Amino acid sequence: MEFANSSDVGCPVFPAVELTGLSKRYRQVEALRGVNLTIAEGEFFALLGPNGAGKTTLINILAGLTRATRGQARVLGFDVRNHYLEARRRLGVVPQELVFDPFFSVREALQFQSGYFGLAHNTAWIDELIARLGLSDKADTNMRQLSGGMKRRVLVAQALVHKPPVIILDEPTAGVDVELRQSLWAFIRELNRAGHTILLTTHYLEEAQQLCNRVAMLRQGEIVALDTTANLMASSDSLEAAFVRIMAQ
Amino acid sequence: MNGIGLWTLLRKEILRFWKVLLQTVAAPVLTALLYLLVFAQALEGRVEVYPGVAYSVFLIPGLAMMSILQNAFANSSSSLIQSKITGNIAFILIAPLSHLEFLLAYLLAAALRGLLVGAGVLLAGFWVVDLPLAYPLWVLVWACLAALAFAAIGVIAGIWADKFDHLSGVQNFIILPLTFLSGVFYSIHSLPPFWLAVSQANPVFYMIDGFRYGFFAQADVSPWLGLAVALPFTLILCGVAMQLIMRGYKLRH
Repeated sequence: MEFANSSDVGCPVFPAVELTGLSKRYRQVEALRGVNLTIAEGEFFALLGPNGAGKTTLINILAGLTRATRGQARVLGFDVRNHYLEARRRLGVVPQELVFDPFFSVREALQFQSGYFGLAHNTAWIDELIARLGLSDKADTNMRQLSGGMKRRVLVAQALVHKPPVIILDEPTAGVDVELRQSLWAFIRELNRAGHTILLTTHYLEEAQQLCNRVAMLRQGEIVALDTTANLMASSDSLEAAFVRIMAQ
Repeated sequence: MNGIGLWTLLRKEILRFWKVLLQTVAAPVLTALLYLLVFAQALEGRVEVYPGVAYSVFLIPGLAMMSILQNAFANSSSSLIQSKITGNIAFILIAPLSHLEFLLAYLLAAALRGLLVGAGVLLAGFWVVDLPLAYPLWVLVWACLAALAFAAIGVIAGIWADKFDHLSGVQNFIILPLTFLSGVFYSIHSLPPFWLAVSQANPVFYMIDGFRYGFFAQADVSPWLGLAVALPFTLILCGVAMQLIMRGYKLRH
């Protein structure tokens, strides 16, 4: 597997993700309040927080699905609003909801996603993704006929189909069986070792503890903790204990 | 320019209706033919709109154009609302597709469906009656222009609508009156002054009239006057659709 990153193409090295004063307001609700965050290339980074903390809003701003009220978001140096085409080419997003197009099969969904990113001849990588994510016997099955876990695998494959240097996983293991979780994390770890930056949100804090080098904790749209996983756990037994302690403050 | 991206989205949109061809193309053709059967049966021999042109022959181009308009609208509007409601529009919104590529893919796929249905109606028309074809180029120009205009209305409606009920409202309270009050079934010169004025203010009238001119070499107004009305109308609709996409209206929150 080969992966692109900013240093590969002779560019100055930019952070994988850079948020500056990022705010988002939905009518009366302030979903994000001036978030500043930098994630370096190659990090396996966890974004934690209770429901409604602003995690998905932050991810949606990076993906271009939501527009920030104030502040800037950049992916490998490209502003997600002003240079949206360049930013999107470098980003793969696994959404939280099990969304799918009911008209098409797994292989068609992957071929379309590949095409949207300008990749016409991507069959070998699509085949590899199908095999690695245990979808071989479902490749020509309509998306409607897949179980929830299988649909989740397809979402992961769709996010990786253009080999993005930055991958965002928004609660990718919600409602997923143990077997898929283990195979999914093995694959994501491999991608991280190969150079991908991973930004993960999850409510399974033991997963974040095992996988992530650094953690940010969001509460009511503000970052209330940002440190290495080890430092956050210095005075706690686990990341979950640290999370509960910080959220209670 | 992401040419592969544009082609992929266009192909996806075409496949979307192609996979249910019976519903998206065959059924509207049958509906138009039923209109032809009923109206021709009721009015044949009693009405002569153009000298020497039987009513059933007069009716066919109007029905073909009505089918083009309604199906072009239905394709882009239903595709967008379905994608919004199921959430799979996110796959397109996170992709590196420009606003223009997004718009073009939806417009062209919807126009193609409209044109396929229109071609189906015309083929059936050529088979059952002796339909003349005076100016094929005018027929093609008007068919494409009208399909694009209503594909654009479909994009606008699909982006604006939050639920299928909204789309149904546009379909029943805007599209249907626009098409029915445009001279599909009659010449507007047979109308009383008020309805004549209403029809003359309806851009769809010029589309149907111009389309008919391509077959019979006679029409209620000059096709060039029609073009002067319909072309800006289509461009404005495409511009409005483009603006909505650029602003991310009801697409990017």
